[in-house]
Amino acid sequence: MAKKPQQLAVDTRPWRDTANHKPFVRIKNVTKKFGDVSAVNDVSLDIYRSELFCLLGGSGSGKSTLLRMLAGFETPTSGTIEIDGQDMTNVAPYNRPVNMMFQSYALFPHMSVEQNIAYGLKRDHLPKGEIADRVAELLSLVKLQDYGRRRPHQLSGGQRQRVALARALAKRPKLLLLDEPLGALDKKLREETQFELVKIQESLGVTFIVVTHDQEEAMTLATRIGVMNQGEIAMIGEPTDIYEFPNSRFVANFIGSANMVEGVVTEDEPGHVRIRSAELGCDIYVGHGVDCAPDQLLWWAIRPEKMSLSREKPEALHDANVTSGVVEEIAYLGDISLYQVALESGKRIRVSQTNSVRGNPDAITWEEKVYITWGDSSGSVLTV
Amino acid sequence: MFRRGWFLPIAAALGFTFLYAPIVSLVIFSFNENRLVTVWSGFSFKWYGELFRDPQMLNAAWLSLQIAALSASIALVLGTLAAVALVRFRRFRGRTLFSGMVSAPLVMPDVITGLALLLLFVAMESFIGWPRGRGMLTIVIAHSTFCMAYVCVVVQSRLSDFDRSLEEAAMDLGASPVRTFFDITLPIIAPALVSGWLLGFTLSLDDLVIASFVSGPGSSTLPMVIFSKVKLGVSPDVNALATIIIGIVATGVLIATIIQLRTKPKKARA
Repeated sequence: MAKKPQQLAVDTRPWRDTANHKPFVRIKNVTKKFGDVSAVNDVSLDIYRSELFCLLGGSGSGKSTLLRMLAGFETPTSGTIEIDGQDMTNVAPYNRPVNMMFQSYALFPHMSVEQNIAYGLKRDHLPKGEIADRVAELLSLVKLQDYGRRRPHQLSGGQRQRVALARALAKRPKLLLLDEPLGALDKKLREETQFELVKIQESLGVTFIVVTHDQEEAMTLATRIGVMNQGEIAMIGEPTDIYEFPNSRFVANFIGSANMVEGVVTEDEPGHVRIRSAELGCDIYVGHGVDCAPDQLLWWAIRPEKMSLSREKPEALHDANVTSGVVEEIAYLGDISLYQVALESGKRIRVSQTNSVRGNPDAITWEEKVYITWGDSSGSVLTV
Repeated sequence: MFRRGWFLPIAAALGFTFLYAPIVSLVIFSFNENRLVTVWSGFSFKWYGELFRDPQMLNAAWLSLQIAALSASIALVLGTLAAVALVRFRRFRGRTLFSGMVSAPLVMPDVITGLALLLLFVAMESFIGWPRGRGMLTIVIAHSTFCMAYVCVVVQSRLSDFDRSLEEAAMDLGASPVRTFFDITLPIIAPALVSGWLLGFTLSLDDLVIASFVSGPGSSTLPMVIFSKVKLGVSPDVNALATIIIGIVATGVLIATIIQLRTKPKKARA
């Protein structure tokens, strides 16, 4: 479901060519303090037209505060917010070309589904006929044609979510903010709804900014993800960048799971780097240059699926990237099995293996001594 | 433990008997034909007829109803404003003090409230010349004061579990704060307003002590009239009057309950 690049304009991704594309939403050095606590700290962020941008972070990371500032419910302590070239920093929420879909959906309980959707249109004093047409159009967009006269409490969770979406889209906002849009749905429904959300976003071409704490949701929905930590943006990038090329230990740990070891640089060449890791019990040979200095202490992170297990000792190129240990735990997840291997140093490494053979009788099992190996560009070298 | 036993039904029966036996006996004896309240001598509407020929009673009843409606309405407005302030302005200086002070009249003995108000009215009259004398106006002011505390507590509890994102959603869709209040906040807290008003209405209708302090000549409320009559011996037409009042109040409560049940969103299924 990750978006195919060609679905966006002609040359793919505007954020890759900042010289020729003007950002649609421009957040400049925004800080928000509640008393002495800064919820958002000097965040700058450019978001382009028709993007589906995800703000991803744990609770208290400032992602919701940032979203609320975009909606106008909070005013930045300092910094500016521009939407479509206009300064919106101090504009009241009811005067912004922005709509929001709330985490609790915030459907008006005393109004029917139709009245909920029409509420924003009525505030614009559109003629009655036009309102009725728009409401019908939106109801069919979210496939709730027969539910217009119901009250919110007569709908299921998924239906309410769709009403909330329709209501937020009713005024044809330039920018739609979604606060944990799928958070209240169960897993199955969430997966279906993700598809629908992306489809609707693509067909309408509205810019979406989604706040979520669920990294899977962010990965599937987003064109780009902004990872937030303690009020700051830790990393901005496409889902693949964030997962495969994390820029810090925080991002590597926060997104997916990663094995992280400490090491010391022993060879620092333009074409490769060698890191000695006592924890890992072997050298790490990295097949590309890294911005570091000899004897520098740094970290190396690798995803469980980027390593492989074997009973026989594999050939060690460059005399590195092979270590051994004993299988301590196995989590069988159906499609993959997750092995926890205890190394001699006591460090535990998690390796996942695809279960490509059905009911493999020869699978590696508990207490076996195994070798772990990986390619020379499989891991990420992290200095912060 | 008591699920299938005899304890719960009997406890409930005793409780309800305790609560309602006096009222039931009052209603029954209002249809008594005899002049002596406690001696049953046959069914009759006689005392109802008698009641409607007693101008003193009727005037007092009309006055009481007016006072109750007026003070409940004033208390509703003031109490709601206080509740909004208490719930919405988070942590302003002296919030705890303010919130304690709002509910203090709930526990204040009526005698003290009445006396305090009387002194205030007397002082105000001598300094600013208003309110001139004591009568319906002073009773209304006094009743609004203590009913306001009740309204405030009822509305406060409704507001505190009010989902603020509903208001934010309305503003997000283009409604000004005032518009939002009338479109969203008011309809949602309406049941609390209705029960607050009814509570104020009944409390005011019921009050004897405070009214005795602040009323003036020619402005005797119904409880005051009944009380002074009963001092000379219970007459059966008081029973009849009480039955009518019970009927009115019961109808009011019933209507309020129905409104509450209808507007209250049923528990979400999913």
